[in-house]
Amino acid sequence: MTLTIQNIEEAKEVIKKNNVVLFMKGTKDMPGCGFSAHVVQILNNLNISYVDIDILNDNNFKENMKKFTNWPTFPQLYVKGEFVGGCDIVKEMFETGELLELFNTKGIDVKT
Amino acid sequence: MAMNIKDIESLIKKNIPDAEIIIEDLAGDNNHFSAEIKSKEFNGKTRLEQHKMIYNSLSEELKEDLHALSIKTIEKK
Repeated sequence: MTLTIQNIEEAKEVIKKNNVVLFMKGTKDMPGCGFSAHVVQILNNLNISYVDIDILNDNNFKENMKKFTNWPTFPQLYVKGEFVGGCDIVKEMFETGELLELFNTKGIDVKT
Repeated sequence: MAMNIKDIESLIKKNIPDAEIIIEDLAGDNNHFSAEIKSKEFNGKTRLEQHKMIYNSLSEELKEDLHALSIKTIEKK
């Protein structure tokens, strides 16, 4: 599900209410950057249901989101309210199996 | 704006003196880099913390270009 949000308060709500949230460039159907596309591919590969938010819609929101997460780049993946990482970390965790383990531990449905 | 390999290396070294750094220019266009960094400083830290250490070494100068830098951190035993 692709959501459009413009401020941090909304972002906090979305993070709280959804198990998996991806803040990315573009949308999961049309990623605007190779790194975002890569994480989309990984989540799709695990058949995870997640919310994606295009941070390119609003530059203020994008900058505020960097500060909120304390992370300078996108994509940013949140699982159960916690920041997991950007593309490099998610990719590494996927390759080592840690990502699958994280979803399993958190009780998130993975259809393999 | 293009990044310079030497700049990235010296900024990381300033923050993490024992770092062994391998930087690759991925597309040969001075724009997309991958950095593999090995350091004792990473030991016992989560991957998030390790990556933040790298970002914190660079962020002043290279904030806008960071999206094009792929990072891999390795603990040194």
